[in-house]
Amino acid sequence: MSHADDHEGTRRDFLYYATAGAGVVATGAAVWPLVNQMNPSADVQALSSILVPVDGVEPGTQITVKWLGKPVFIRRRTAPEIEAAEKVDVSTLPDPLARNANIEAGSPGTDDNRVLTPPEGSDAVPGEWLVMMGVCTHLGCVPLGDGAGDFGGWFCPCHGSHYDTAGRIRKGPAPENLPVPPAEFVDASTIKLG
Amino acid sequence: MAGIPHDHYEPKTGAEKWLHSRLPIVGLLYDTIMIPTPKNLNWMWIWGIILTFCLVLQIVTGIILAMHYTPHVDLAFASVEHIMRNVNGGHFLRYLHMNGASLFFVAVYMHIFRGLYYGSYKAPREITWIIGMLIYLAMMGTAFMGYVLPWGQMSFWGATVITGLFGAIPFIGEPIQTWLLGGPAVDNATLNRFFSLHYLLPFVIAALVAVHIWAFHSTGNNNPTGVEVRRTSKADAEKDTVPFWPYFVIKDLFALAVILAIFFAIVGFMPNYLGHPDNYIEANPLSTPAHIVPEWYFLPFYAILRAFTGDVWVVMFASWITGGIVDAKFFGVLAMFGAIAVMALAPWLDTSSVRSGRYRPMFKWWFALLVLDFIVLMWAGAMPAEPPFSTISLIGSTYWFAYFLVILPLLGVIEKPLPQPETIEDDFKAHYGKAETPAE
Repeated sequence: MSHADDHEGTRRDFLYYATAGAGVVATGAAVWPLVNQMNPSADVQALSSILVPVDGVEPGTQITVKWLGKPVFIRRRTAPEIEAAEKVDVSTLPDPLARNANIEAGSPGTDDNRVLTPPEGSDAVPGEWLVMMGVCTHLGCVPLGDGAGDFGGWFCPCHGSHYDTAGRIRKGPAPENLPVPPAEFVDASTIKLG
Repeated sequence: MAGIPHDHYEPKTGAEKWLHSRLPIVGLLYDTIMIPTPKNLNWMWIWGIILTFCLVLQIVTGIILAMHYTPHVDLAFASVEHIMRNVNGGHFLRYLHMNGASLFFVAVYMHIFRGLYYGSYKAPREITWIIGMLIYLAMMGTAFMGYVLPWGQMSFWGATVITGLFGAIPFIGEPIQTWLLGGPAVDNATLNRFFSLHYLLPFVIAALVAVHIWAFHSTGNNNPTGVEVRRTSKADAEKDTVPFWPYFVIKDLFALAVILAIFFAIVGFMPNYLGHPDNYIEANPLSTPAHIVPEWYFLPFYAILRAFTGDVWVVMFASWITGGIVDAKFFGVLAMFGAIAVMALAPWLDTSSVRSGRYRPMFKWWFALLVLDFIVLMWAGAMPAEPPFSTISLIGSTYWFAYFLVILPLLGVIEKPLPQPETIEDDFKAHYGKAETPAE
């Protein structure tokens, strides 16, 4: 400050620091709303949960719904698809984690940990329902489904990522499995996302 | 100005003196337009004027288009079609704006490579170079956001992929991406803010251009010999230079006329040649086009982004040494921005004391290879991400970094430069005989 060899703080030094400190806080408080206005607005946040009727989805078909502005794949898998996904040794996967928001984080990426449990008393085959985000974990394109790619699951056309029948990354630049969003059956034919 | 001795503005009439003592604006304009300019400048020195013209063209056509455009996801695509079909002359104005962006980038790449060849980035012009790089970055941001506005398939998916780059940043990437988009995905909030920023950035560029011009008017222009103008006396300086007005203004306007003839031929006869048909399909968040390709001017850097996949040893090494924080995705992003960063650092990476590539026999060949590399990367960026294109991209990216980080520093040490002319006057006379000024 003004007196370089005056080691004891003076009242003036204190006032300098207090003024500068108040100025920094005031500037921060003024700038924050200008930054925060760009975060998701209330109406965008309000669309965080939807109900999807799935009674029309036959085995071997899938539907794509829009949730939070992004596509969600809901596939009713066939027996060979389930079998192919269950056979895979998890330790050989590029991403060995389940990436399932409905179970504990860090769970291994077995087929069981990826699928959506059907409601009690339903006649659905276990492991039949696979619900996951349709957003490639590389750079956000929508992968092509219905048995596309080298592993009979999904294939991202943008940069060539191959996903298997459980939506796990097997080949290509994507770093992670397609994430499973928060989802549950609210009755035998309706899935709630979010 | 320029440290080059020359005549300054002298107010003569009473009115001139009255104004000059209050606001010396006429003097500022006079000194700017009459700056002593090396008289040996060749045709690669026209791009500055072309770029200025492009900025004005884009701002004028852009303001007009904004009068008819609606930045809303339900109306954006339709409002662009409204411009194309209903607005008087609207299709032509939009085609001018679309292709104007391409002309802008043609000119800026010529301008940048001109600077790289003739050593325009070297002392004392580092600030001019850095400001130029900032302008280039701002141009890329503006062009990217502008391409999103028509809300076609390429707009939407280009925006998704490019904003996805920010998501690759470790730890803070996802909140930043959400903040940029204003939601979990590219949507109305994104379109609105991109429109706002697309309108703002050109004026930021205009301000940066003023600083860019100020900077090189303080140091004086570089020239094809890289030899400085003599500043020993006004008489000496006048042997090396001619005033910018009228000599170079007329030359540059002639070049502009030639380039505009080609430009208008493209705008008139093949306006969609550089675009993608997919962008005439309205954006659909549930369907990705089979092949997402950025506009041609982003392709070299897009190729670098895609080149570094998880099976490249540097990527594996970076991932191992950072404990997995730098994965293939983040590495690609770092490489893409790094490719521009190393170019910006050229003034400090180039160790040669000789400015112009004309007198650097080894540099010439490495530079030619860099230009070729840039073209190859541009081509590889448009190809699918699979062999052999991925390998070509990787080789091209490696050379890009090697040029700036290895070749430029080493050449200054091992290369034996050719003799340079003593003065610009000598170089000029060697080319044009004894004439004192080009016009006489």
